[in-house]
Amino acid sequence: MECKLNIENDILTAELDGEIDHHTAKDIREQIDLEIEMQNPKTLVLDFSDITFMDSSGIGLIMGRYKKIKQSGGKVKIKNPSPNTFRVLKLAGMDRLAKIEREE
Amino acid sequence: MKTINQFKMRLQAKSTNESFARASVGAFIAQLDPTIEEISDIKTAVSEAVTNCIIHAYKEFSGDIYITVKIFENNKVKIVIRDKGCGIDDINKAMEPLYTTGGAERAGLGFAVMQSFCDKLRVISKVGKGTTVSLFKEIKSK
Ligand SMILES: Nc1ncnc2c1ncn2[C@@H]1O[C@H](COP(=O)(O)OP(=O)(O)O)[C@@H](O)[C@H]1O
Ligand SMILES: [Mg+2]
Repeated sequence: MECKLNIENDILTAELDGEIDHHTAKDIREQIDLEIEMQNPKTLVLDFSDITFMDSSGIGLIMGRYKKIKQSGGKVKIKNPSPNTFRVLKLAGMDRLAKIEREE
Repeated sequence: MKTINQFKMRLQAKSTNESFARASVGAFIAQLDPTIEEISDIKTAVSEAVTNCIIHAYKEFSGDIYITVKIFENNKVKIVIRDKGCGIDDINKAMEPLYTTGGAERAGLGFAVMQSFCDKLRVISKVGKGTTVSLFKEIKSK
């Protein structure tokens, strides 16, 4: 599991790589939260292009970051989830809380 | 129904084993030539059940997770995930979407995912004895 963080113009992008489950979510959460606290971004982009698996622990991860960044008026975007990850997002109603962007 | 093939494993309830458990079950099911979507459905449901054993069942003490996968005639699969942990007091309440006793980082959607990604879900539990989750899915194949 890898989580590359990059901030530009108040947009914090987290490029995630591998599988998101309860085991890997902890590390991703700690890295992203530290960056949110230090940089106070307006938007958090979760780049899922290289995520090969996600279960409901990923929903907990997104919800937690959503609540955190919303406190300071920020928003969350989810980029390029796989069809399978998208089904989990949809089941959780994440498409109503965050913008889900898909590109080729 | 006649059992055509069977796989059993017992593993320690450690979060590092979550990926191993779902990958093993997925690899065993592969003999039925499932679609990518079917494999993903099964791996996601197994991941939910196994994670529940680790974070809920064995919250206070450690133990093992028992997984049995049976393949029946007509491409039907039954996956049983059992723990000897704390058990569930009110199963109906536990299965409600968004219900969690796991704190802020849990979505409370594990059972909802299992239900939606399998054909049938059965949960049997006894407080102080443990929980058995059975997942049923028919592999339609390519
Ligand atoms: N194997 C188990 N042993 C004990 N309690 C469980 C087990 N599985 C689920 N639960 C209970 O059911 C609740 C809902 O589970 P779930 O839908 O997977 O959501 P989450 O794992 O996010 O809490 C859990 O918070 C827990 O209280
Ligand atoms: Mg769960």
